[in-house]
Amino acid sequence: MKLSSRPPAGSVKIMGGQLYRGATATSAGALEANPGLLIKNGRIAALGPDALTQAADETLMAENCIVSPGFLDLCCNLREPGNSQKGNMSSETRAAAHGGFTSVCAAPDTSPVNDSGAVTNLIRDIAASRALVRVLPIGAVTRGLKGELLSDMAGLQKAGCVALGNASRGLSNARVLRRCMSYAQTFGLTLMFSPENQALAADGYAHDGLVTTRLGLLGIPEVAETTAVMEMILLAEETGVRLHLSQLSCARSVDMLAEARQRGIQVTADVAMHQLAFTEDALSGFDSRFHVRPPLRSESDRKALVAGVRDGVIDAIVSQHQPHESAAKQAPLAASEPGLSSIEVVLSLGLERVAANELSLPQLLRALTAGPAAVLGQSAASNAGLSAGAVADLCIFNPDQSWSPGPGTLVSAGGNGPVLERSMPGVVCYTLVAGHKAWPSLLP
Amino acid sequence: MTATATGPHHLQLTREGQLRHFLTLDGLGRELLTDILDTADSFIEVGERTIKKVPLLRGRTVVNLFFESSTRTRSTFELAAKRLSADVLNLDISTSATSKGESLADTLYNLEAMASDMFVVRHAQSGAPHFIAESVTPKVAIINAGDGRHAHPTQAMLDMLTIRQHKKTFAGLKVAIVGDVLHSRVARSQIRALNELGVAEVRVIAPGTLLPRDVEALGCTVEYDMLRGMKDLDVIIMLRLQKERMEGALLPSEGEFYRLYGLDRVKLALAKPDCIVMHPGPINRGVEIESAVADGPQSVILNQVTNGIAIRMAVMSMAMGGQLAERQQALNDMAKQEVRS
Repeated sequence: MKLSSRPPAGSVKIMGGQLYRGATATSAGALEANPGLLIKNGRIAALGPDALTQAADETLMAENCIVSPGFLDLCCNLREPGNSQKGNMSSETRAAAHGGFTSVCAAPDTSPVNDSGAVTNLIRDIAASRALVRVLPIGAVTRGLKGELLSDMAGLQKAGCVALGNASRGLSNARVLRRCMSYAQTFGLTLMFSPENQALAADGYAHDGLVTTRLGLLGIPEVAETTAVMEMILLAEETGVRLHLSQLSCARSVDMLAEARQRGIQVTADVAMHQLAFTEDALSGFDSRFHVRPPLRSESDRKALVAGVRDGVIDAIVSQHQPHESAAKQAPLAASEPGLSSIEVVLSLGLERVAANELSLPQLLRALTAGPAAVLGQSAASNAGLSAGAVADLCIFNPDQSWSPGPGTLVSAGGNGPVLERSMPGVVCYTLVAGHKAWPSLLP
Repeated sequence: MTATATGPHHLQLTREGQLRHFLTLDGLGRELLTDILDTADSFIEVGERTIKKVPLLRGRTVVNLFFESSTRTRSTFELAAKRLSADVLNLDISTSATSKGESLADTLYNLEAMASDMFVVRHAQSGAPHFIAESVTPKVAIINAGDGRHAHPTQAMLDMLTIRQHKKTFAGLKVAIVGDVLHSRVARSQIRALNELGVAEVRVIAPGTLLPRDVEALGCTVEYDMLRGMKDLDVIIMLRLQKERMEGALLPSEGEFYRLYGLDRVKLALAKPDCIVMHPGPINRGVEIESAVADGPQSVILNQVTNGIAIRMAVMSMAMGGQLAERQQALNDMAKQEVRS
C-alpha cells in the first residue's frame, strides 16, 4: 500500500514471539517475550498484557518471530530520478520493505543530482506517490557532487533533506571540505562522507592486498581511506560540524573513530553489511558482483569492523544498496560498475554473523534501528524504539526460517545480488509502516 | 570467508584435468606444465622442416582478438595456428567494434556465431579472458595472450622452455626478475611457473615503486640493490620498462633507472659465468639493458622468440583437444539424458 492516498490504518494486534524494544545509550537492549502489541491509528497503542484485552481489526501471529522497530538505512540508492534502467522508487522501496526497512535515506547521486530544493521536492513527490517505505532524501553537499562549489544547503534542509553528503565520492579539496563543514555547521546539518583520498585511490577498484598482487588488479590502498578519515576528523573538530563517516572499510579507521569520540568530537559512522560478510577473497575468481567501493578488504579489517559494530563505535550498518542492470556487471572486473543489490539480504547476512558468534542479535538490531536513528536525530524517531505512542514502523522477522535469495525471491530491479541461490537464515514476515503492511506487498 | 567465488584454474580444466582454456598458470601442477614443455619440444622440429605444418587443428577456426596492440605475440600466435593447419582470423579490435560502442560480450557473441573454435585474447584489463571463458563463450577455447597486469602464461612457458634448454633442469636454479614487476603480467606468470617447476630461488629486483604490495606472497624474495642481487644467479630476466612510468611519478628518470637497474656488462659479471640473459621483448636498449649484453653470448632473447611458436602450438593443440573432449562429453551426457527420458 502506498504511503499516500491510503485508507486510514486499521488496528492491528501482534501476538507472540519476542520483542526488541530498542537500544539505550549504554546498552544494545535485549529480547523479551511479547504477550501482545496493539497498533491504532498508525501508532503503538499498547504493549504487553494490556494489548491483549483490546479488540483489533487484524491479528498477526508472530510465533518464533522477533518484533523489532523497522530498520533504517542511511545509505541506499533508489536510482530514481534518472537511472530507471537500474531501478525505481517503487521497485527499490519494495525491496527495502522485503528487507525489513521502514525508512531509507536516498543517496544524492541521482540524475539530476539532488543539489537543490527543487530536486528534493521532486524526489519527495515521487516517493509520496510510489514509495512503500519512508524515503529520507540526502542532499548533495557540493553542486553536482563535483566537490567544487557549495550547494544551497539551507534550501536543501528546508525542502526536507535529513543530511547532506557527497554520495560515495570523496572530496579531494581540503579547503572546499573545510568550508562545507563550516557552512553546514551554521544550520546544524549532519554531513555524511565516504572517506576516500582520490589521489591515492586513483584508478583502483580492489583492495590493495594479496589478491590484487596475485591477480594484477589495480589496488586502492588502505591509506586512501585512513588519511581521509583523519583529515575529516580534524576538520570536524575544528569546525564543530556533525560528521558522519559512511561505509568504512579499514580496521585503522575504526581505531581513529574511537579515539576521536574519546576526544569528544561529534563523529558517527556506518559500515556496509557486505564489509562485515565478505573479504578481498571474494574477488579471487574475478567475480564482478563483488566489485564494490570502498573495496572488500582483508579478514583482519572485516573482523575490526564487526568489533566496531559490537562495541557501538560504529553506529549503524547500511545496505549501500546499488541495484544495476545486468549489463553493468557483464564485463571484465575493472570495466564493471561497482555496487551490490543488497538491501534484501542485509538481515540475512547479519544473522549469519550472529550465528558465527561475531555479533549478538541485539547488537545487530541496534545497528539497524536505534544506531542509525541517533545519527539522524529527531527525524528518524520511528526507528529508534518501541514504546506506547511511537509511530508503528515495525519489522517482524523469523530468524530461524531460511530462504534462498535468487531471481524468484528477490524483488529489487537489480540483478546483482551478492548471494544467489544460497540458503540463508532470516525471513521478513511483515514490514509495517505506520501500521500499514509494506511487506508482504500487494504490488505485482 | 563466506564468499563462494572459484578461482580461474577451475575454469580451464576439463573434468579429467585436461586443458580446455589457457588463462593462467594458477592451479596448474608441475606435471601439466612439464607436459606443455615436452609437447612444445616435439613441435620445435616442425619449424625446421621444409613444409612447416602438422594437421592437428585442420578445419578449426582460430581468431586472434587483440584488444591491445602487439607485434611479436600476435605474429607468433598466428604462425603457431597456421603451422597447426588452422584457419586464422586476425582482428584488431581496438580500432573496430568497440569504438562503435559494442560491448565486449556482444563482439564475442558475434564471433562465436561465426563458428569459431578458439579465441586468442589480449586485453588491457586483468581477468578479461577469464570473464570471456566463464560468462561469454565457454564453448570456445580461450587462450590468454596477456591480460592487464594479471597473466601472460604462454610467455612464461616459453621462458621456461628456454631455461630448460639451457639449464636442463630447474632444480637448484637461482633466477632473478628485474624491473617493473608491478605492471608486469609476465613477471606474475613467471614467478608462478618457476615456483611450480621447483627452482631454488626467485628473486625480484626493483625499487619500491615498481613492486606490488606484499610481493613475497607470490613466492619470491625482494632485493632493492641490483649489485647484491646478481650474486649466484643462473638466470636473469629483464622486464621492459614503459616510458609512461616516469610520468606516473614512479621513477625520477630513465637515466637513474638504467644506472641502478639496467643490465650492463659490469653488473652481469657479478652473476655466475654461465648465467643466461632473458627479456620478453620488446627491449629498450639503454633503458633496461645494454646493447652489448642484449646481443652478447649470454643472451638467449632470440631463442625465446623461436620457442614462442612451439609453446603456442603446444598450448593451442592441447586446449583444443580438451575443449573437443568436453564438447563430446556434453553430447554424450545429453544423449544419455534422452535415453533416460
